[in-house]
Amino acid sequence: MKKGHILGIGVIAIAIVIIITMMGSASTYESFTTARTMAINGNDKAIHVVGELKKNTSGNVVGIEVGEDKTSFHFMMVDNDGVEQKVFYNEPVPADFHRSEQVVVIGSYKRDDLFVADKILMKCPSKYQEEV
Amino acid sequence: MVILAFVSSIVTAFSYYKYTLANELEKASWRKFSRVAFYVHALASFAVVAILFNIIYNFRFEYFYAYSHASRALPVHYMISSFWEGQEGSFILWIFWNVVLGIVLVHTNKTWEGPVMVVFALVQAFLVSMILGVVIGDLKIGSSPFILLRDVSNAPIFSIDPNFVPEDGTGLNPLLQNIWMVIHPPTLFLGYASTLIPFAYLMGGLATGRYKEWIRPALPWTIFSAFILGMGIMMGAYWAYVTLNFGGYWNWDPVENASYVPWLILVASIHTMITYKKSSTALKTSIVLVITSFILVLYATFLVRSGVLGDTSVHSFTDLGLSGQLLIYLLFFLFIAIFISAKHWKHIPTSEKEASVYSREFWIFIGATTLGLMAFQVILPTSIPVFNAIIESFGGISNMAPPADQEEFYSKFQLWFAVALAILTGVGQFFWWKKMDTKALKDALTVPYVLAMIAAAVIITLGKVYNLSYIVIVVAGAFTIVANATILFQLLKKSSFKLTGGSLAHIGLGMILIGVMFSSGYSEVISTNMSGLTYKKDWEDELNKENVLLWINKPIQMKEYDVIYRGRHKKVVGVPGYVSVNKLQSTEKVNEAIALADIEAKGKTYYKKGEKVEIVLEENSYFEIEYYKGDDYQFTLYPMSQPNPTMGLISSPDSKWFLGKDLYTHISAINDYDEPEWKDDEFYEVSPGEQFHISDFVTTFESGEVLDEVEGIDLKEGDVAVQANLLIYDNDIEKRIKPIFIISGNQVGRIPVTDQELGIKVELNNIIPEENKFSFKVNRYQKDYVVMKAMVKPQINVLWAGTILMLIGFAVAIYRRYDEFVKMRDKGLE
Repeated sequence: MKKGHILGIGVIAIAIVIIITMMGSASTYESFTTARTMAINGNDKAIHVVGELKKNTSGNVVGIEVGEDKTSFHFMMVDNDGVEQKVFYNEPVPADFHRSEQVVVIGSYKRDDLFVADKILMKCPSKYQEEV
Repeated sequence: MVILAFVSSIVTAFSYYKYTLANELEKASWRKFSRVAFYVHALASFAVVAILFNIIYNFRFEYFYAYSHASRALPVHYMISSFWEGQEGSFILWIFWNVVLGIVLVHTNKTWEGPVMVVFALVQAFLVSMILGVVIGDLKIGSSPFILLRDVSNAPIFSIDPNFVPEDGTGLNPLLQNIWMVIHPPTLFLGYASTLIPFAYLMGGLATGRYKEWIRPALPWTIFSAFILGMGIMMGAYWAYVTLNFGGYWNWDPVENASYVPWLILVASIHTMITYKKSSTALKTSIVLVITSFILVLYATFLVRSGVLGDTSVHSFTDLGLSGQLLIYLLFFLFIAIFISAKHWKHIPTSEKEASVYSREFWIFIGATTLGLMAFQVILPTSIPVFNAIIESFGGISNMAPPADQEEFYSKFQLWFAVALAILTGVGQFFWWKKMDTKALKDALTVPYVLAMIAAAVIITLGKVYNLSYIVIVVAGAFTIVANATILFQLLKKSSFKLTGGSLAHIGLGMILIGVMFSSGYSEVISTNMSGLTYKKDWEDELNKENVLLWINKPIQMKEYDVIYRGRHKKVVGVPGYVSVNKLQSTEKVNEAIALADIEAKGKTYYKKGEKVEIVLEENSYFEIEYYKGDDYQFTLYPMSQPNPTMGLISSPDSKWFLGKDLYTHISAINDYDEPEWKDDEFYEVSPGEQFHISDFVTTFESGEVLDEVEGIDLKEGDVAVQANLLIYDNDIEKRIKPIFIISGNQVGRIPVTDQELGIKVELNNIIPEENKFSFKVNRYQKDYVVMKAMVKPQINVLWAGTILMLIGFAVAIYRRYDEFVKMRDKGLE
């Protein structure tokens, strides 16, 4: 066999390893219900959940509890299936948090009734729509 | 103008095509015509740039672009940023660079002008079409930056007054208000634009049957492209480090990846092209790599601008409805490139001889392959949203999301690949300059190897690196530095500086590797919460609180430092340093305030009390944080924060630079500085000389005093004004506050004192002369505070220094290769 071939095989092997690891490390979008099932089954991989903050009838965000030292907080989130969930985030409240239209939390269930977010992505109303 | 630019670019493409094909007799006239067409295009493009800038510069807010990207408060240099903040502006920037590069090419080439400019003009036609803004039926071609606000917005004001012009624009994204952001995008776009040049030479070469000759003129431009793109990327990284608050310079964000991947491929193509020049191998590889790098730039553009990335990126643009057009642009050139290469593939000369393990070709090829694999590993997960979109367009459902911990995911591959690269560059350089066999290799490598081991041992011991993979990185980094430095000295001794580009760039690589390892691997959050509060929430105790709450004036311990928050500041035009908000009373006008006290700095008075002062970007607040070691004052940092109405809290870090490390701090949350919700009234009756508590503060009521005049109030005959002098202690700070009580005729007036820092409002409510007592009304809120995060990043300067060295290496290589090209061209061997 020529060296070129060995090299080629090596490259393909590494490429396959890369693809497999990507598949393995890739996270998924879930709902709170499926995420909880995963947690119960012992799968504590971080997943993405898309949803909104819980709002009362007059449209105000409810359920945000800021920790005593202001460095962490809890909030209530409703996922796209309408399931409500208490979420904990170990960072101060992002300043535009109340106004976000959509939030994506990345994390997992640490306790049966509490979802812990490692990261929060927010989609805020576009500035043009709002001001004009 | 835009249409003129568009049409002229097509005409240029066509006429250059004719020129290339034309026979000797007609060539001159076609060439003249082509050049005229190109210059018309160039002028039209410059005019577009000038007009857009004019709109921003003169605050013509009737235009949507100016309205949404500029505001009156912006200083001039940020207007330049406004220019390319929007998607249309950044396309214009790209067009502009292409035109500049095109002009250079027209004047530096003889026989290449025709075919190269055909490709150029075609690319321009596509780019200009992005800003055409022509709507034919349902089909929208491009998005024009010159649309009027009233055509975009449905606001009711326009139906009342169609000529309404807004007073002020919505301004520039505050994250972009940084000097690095003024120069980073142009540099990056110049890098993007210049990847077109090797591609154009290649296409021209293939189409005209000059399968080998394209390498020589293309090589300096490829290096140029890698140089500029690399510089642009690092400027972006540096910007992220000094302005963004994610705590680093690189975040594996899709947009960052999209620029990093073409760069890797560019670097790989440089190496194979150089190999080809030396030994006539790897020509096909070079062709594939050059095409790939250009297509990847287009793919990056597509990723960033089509909106497909959606929520996964912090700086992707919103969808302007151009995704179809971008896709056509991408596929068009992909198709053309594959078509032309395939057509000529069998004519491309190859060398049949098998590369020996002891040949430099072999090592360089492995290096290029490693670079290719690095690129592959990054681009694949970055494209996950694209895969989802494709699956969904075929009716499938895909819920794949990017890896949750991106940093860990990418780093575990990229670091090892980089280690492999570092070792390869060390070994490869020896092969490059010498004929090698087993024995010669051993001899040549022994000294650098031993030296590298010693250096690595020193670094490991001093840096306390005890993690096995980090040790490997240090060894690899040290090896590449030592090996390349050896070559560097040999080259300098024997021949000229011109040849040292490669070894310089490789030394830079080694330094970057070591710098990245230390600054990321040994980055340490020192602001872990030590407030002593216990949480009875089981698992939560185990989480590290990475932020600390700093109440004003109250020291808190952070590792070896004691840290005190001292209050909020602003930057004032002409005054060095920062000015406390306590000295400033803002006025109705933007960026203007009245000095409440003399503003002094370094013993010089810049403004007198009562004068108007001009503030630099009023929204920005700087939080004074003092650092002490024991009782010794060390330094003060001023991390910045801006509560932005549309984007929330925008924070920029401030770092203390030491030679061996950075102390990096940023604000994560701040107090609400609007009028607070005061708690219920509290009343205190106190005699002069007595002590009492306001909130938690020990307060001495020193004296009451009758005033003859009160500022801002006209006291009449028989009026009485009494001022109470209160002294408040807060930790090591003493503050005097002086509420005033006035009796004027039958009326009573009270001038309360509000202290926002302490969160109190004190009013002299009444005076009870019979008991010699003063009655104070106190309202409380809360003390001022900031929540802050602090990290130590060791050896980050090694990373920056390595970057600069690598760029110097590129610059030297450009000089050498371009010089070569010019000499050959002048000999007529272009």
